Amino acid sequence: MNNGIAIVIALLYLLFLFGVAYFAEYRLKKGKSLINNPYVYALSLAVYCTAWTYYGSVGLAASHGIEFIAVYIGPTIMAALFWPVLRKLVRICRTQRINSLADFISTRYGKNFSLAVVVTVLCVLGIIPYISLQLKAIATSISVLGGNNSPEHNLSTFLQDDTFYIAGVITLFIILFGARSINVSDKHEGLVAAIAFESIIKLVAFVAVGIFVTYGIFNGFSDIFNQAAENESLKKLFLLESNTSYTTWFGMLLLSMLAIVFLPRQFQMGVVENVNENHLKKAIWLFPLYLLLINIFVLPVALAGKLLLNGSGVSPDTYVLALPLMHGSKILGICTFIGGFSAATSMIIVETIALSTMMANNIATPLLLSTQKFIAKEDRKLTRSILTIRRVSIILIITLAFLYDKLVAQHFSLVSIGMVSFAAVAQFAPTVLGGIYWKSASQKGAMAGICSGFAIWFFTAVIPSMCSAGILNSDIVVNGIFGIEWLNPVSLFGISGMDMITHCFFWSILFNTISFIAVSLYTSRSAQETYQAEIFVDIFRHSNETEYNVAWKGTAYISDLSSLLSKFVGNERSERIITGYAQKKKISLASKQADPRIVAFVEKILSGIIGSASARIMVSTVTKEEKIKIDEVIRILRESQQMIELNKELRRKSVELQKATEQLTAANDQMRDLDILKDEFLYTVTHELRTPLTSIRAMAEIVYDNPAMEEEEKDLFLSGMIKETERLSHLITQVLSLEKYESGRQTLNKTAVMLNQLLSDTVSSVATLAKEKHIEIKNNLPNSMFLVQCDETLIQQVLYNLLTNAIKFSPAENAVIKIGIYTNHDELQVWIEDNGKGIPNDLHSLIFDKFFQARSQTIKKPQGSGLGLAISKKIVEMHHGKIWVENADVRGSRFIFTLPIS
Amino acid sequence: MEKILVVDDDPYILMSLEFLMKKEGFEVKVARNGTEALDIINKDIPNLVLLDIMMPDVDGYAICKYVKASKKLQDIKIVFLSAKSKESDIQKGYDLGASLYITKPFSTRELMKKVKEIISSG
Repeated sequence: MNNGIAIVIALLYLLFLFGVAYFAEYRLKKGKSLINNPYVYALSLAVYCTAWTYYGSVGLAASHGIEFIAVYIGPTIMAALFWPVLRKLVRICRTQRINSLADFISTRYGKNFSLAVVVTVLCVLGIIPYISLQLKAIATSISVLGGNNSPEHNLSTFLQDDTFYIAGVITLFIILFGARSINVSDKHEGLVAAIAFESIIKLVAFVAVGIFVTYGIFNGFSDIFNQAAENESLKKLFLLESNTSYTTWFGMLLLSMLAIVFLPRQFQMGVVENVNENHLKKAIWLFPLYLLLINIFVLPVALAGKLLLNGSGVSPDTYVLALPLMHGSKILGICTFIGGFSAATSMIIVETIALSTMMANNIATPLLLSTQKFIAKEDRKLTRSILTIRRVSIILIITLAFLYDKLVAQHFSLVSIGMVSFAAVAQFAPTVLGGIYWKSASQKGAMAGICSGFAIWFFTAVIPSMCSAGILNSDIVVNGIFGIEWLNPVSLFGISGMDMITHCFFWSILFNTISFIAVSLYTSRSAQETYQAEIFVDIFRHSNETEYNVAWKGTAYISDLSSLLSKFVGNERSERIITGYAQKKKISLASKQADPRIVAFVEKILSGIIGSASARIMVSTVTKEEKIKIDEVIRILRESQQMIELNKELRRKSVELQKATEQLTAANDQMRDLDILKDEFLYTVTHELRTPLTSIRAMAEIVYDNPAMEEEEKDLFLSGMIKETERLSHLITQVLSLEKYESGRQTLNKTAVMLNQLLSDTVSSVATLAKEKHIEIKNNLPNSMFLVQCDETLIQQVLYNLLTNAIKFSPAENAVIKIGIYTNHDELQVWIEDNGKGIPNDLHSLIFDKFFQARSQTIKKPQGSGLGLAISKKIVEMHHGKIWVENADVRGSRFIFTLPIS
Repeated sequence: MEKILVVDDDPYILMSLEFLMKKEGFEVKVARNGTEALDIINKDIPNLVLLDIMMPDVDGYAICKYVKASKKLQDIKIVFLSAKSKESDIQKGYDLGASLYITKPFSTRELMKKVKEIISSG
């Protein structure tokens, strides 16, 4: 295999990546966003794992043992803080339309132009070597795959260099998917999808190599570790007794904790490209899980490399690739190469996007915009110019990284460059974190902190690196600069014993933080700053309130603002944006003078396109701003605060009102239900009265109209009338007594009652009735006493109702009624069973309703007032007992009621 | 002789109506529930049925519906006698093809007058 094949594979892979990105954007157009998904978000965060992870971790593990894991534990710890910290950054960036770290810092500290420039320059300085590192990794992996062990570093072979072409294609990719739309606050759909996809590729490839080495070449984890344990120097690698010091561990942990937020690519993916804050919840566990998976096989692969390749001249940094190739697995070798390539490209792509946005928006565009000639340009041309600036920035960054790789990089190892970059971006931590939690943090403090931090970083990290690379005289690291002992870049102020990175990190962050805090405390803040500080620190309060005052004073005309905006978004859209906003905020557009809120809004829209510093310049060209005094800002903020309080109060009131309304509605419903029940009851009662009334009237009229009828017949009608009158008065009594139970006016007169005695008495009282219908009553009462506290009269009524019911429903022949009583735990159960035709199961609970037959519309119970069971139920319930009906064993129904003993 | 069927589950009403109809000279049959009524209607088609609605088995509406749906039976005159006095119940009765709907309690003299009218009207 030669390099050519490797390059073809790399280019094919990039082509595939184009496909993925196009597919994502195609899906977005159809309204089905791929990146609006917590898994994609978590995967895109894994851009943290670069070629350094892929190749360098094994290299580091081969020389320093498990020290490599520190830079993954740091982010894991930080993941726990994603919700409070990263979410705040996400919210600020979304509401303020911020799209880079430089923009963030500049916006927070009064939209300061010079601060934005400083941050951008320092980011570029710190990150370019890191990007070049990825190019170097690509070049190395190509030559390893091609069978050569080390690539040549020579500028004269520029055009023959493989990486040159690959870098070119990557640049094309970034321009296509990263600098297409003028509005940088738009999400890069295709790009993010591609990065998430690459995260999967590199994980799968690395794990595949791990499994191949562990289970293919060796015989599992224990085999590798056992073999390694026999070698004293290898044994050290997987024990904590390696030469990694406590300070190194601690330094790397802290450094990587900061890196996971402040590396431009992490800020880009984690904050700027975040679609939904809730995705963070999944990322909190999914991202550390990813880190865990990709690190499982690092140590085994490193040990395997040491065991098999030691002394063969293969660099530990390429063990991952060399091991499968050496064991003849070409396919796996290609997969591994693609994995490493994807790790490198994802880093290059995202880092370049982030840096180019910073460069274009914070340096190039403001400079160009400050020339009048440029502003006067036609709409379309201006848009094109800005896009051109961004594209040129991208090309510039990749070119710088490429040149760095060719000219400087060969002197450094993969890991040291990465850590130097980590230390560089860590310098933004005090300014950013202070900016979102501490209102007094000031612009001058931020500037002092960042500059001092970077000075120390340069002195303690870059200079020693240059010395060891032979660019500077290494005398400096021995005797200090100018021979001054305490200015030694590796043991500043005479403090030694830390490794270079920890030493650099310690001193730079110390100076950075101290100067940031001290200068902030001793300098005053401008009005603009005070306002921004308020918004940033209390973002969750402000972004929830749509309405807050704007700290801007001056004269501006709507037409000017509109034409300014139209230069970037076109006439039509500009008009639409402004009127849309005015309608939403109920701002009148009648006057030519623009409301301060419209000025601020236009500036915010422009920030999303050209960055906040440029936007500020642009807006100031068409408005006449008056200097706003600090106490005015404070007054405005206080008013906003009051408005917020007022809003809260209003919302609370309206919630209360709503609750009250709901309660009223519920009460109303209940009343209506009661009303319906009452109507129904009345209707049923009158209905029940009609039947006896009908027969009484009919019979009376017959007797009256037929005086000549026979005596016998007349008696029949007259006795019928008497019976029906009895029925009528019985019904009235029952209705009245039921009413008494329902209204709660019925009281219980409880005494100690012998229940079996009461039952036998009641049976005797219906004996005649039963005999008439030839019913046999089987009384199974035991002789023991059943003493219970109850109202004797009422319970007797229940027994009477149940017995007469049983008699009524008994069959004409062989009728038997059985009665029983027994103790069940703390209650007495009484049952009365007939052998009539029974009651269908679905009516078992309904028959205890008053006038049950009324509910069943046109089918009615054969006889009865319809109130006996309802009354019985009331009585039993008043005694805290239960009453129900079940089917008898053979045929008929069994009514049971219980009374609690005691 | 006109044949009349009286259907009601209340024994006293049944007894009274039977007496009144017989006195008028009609041939009277009685049924105490819906099943009995259907049985009689099918065996010996009456000219008019005095029909209660609420009964333990088949209700009066169902009987009326059955009668009016049958070619053989549809000429039978139906007079509902019911304690159901809601407007909607009465309307339902007429919708099913009843000649008359009388709510309980009623005047026997009025009832007899109406029944004779219906019978003589054909």
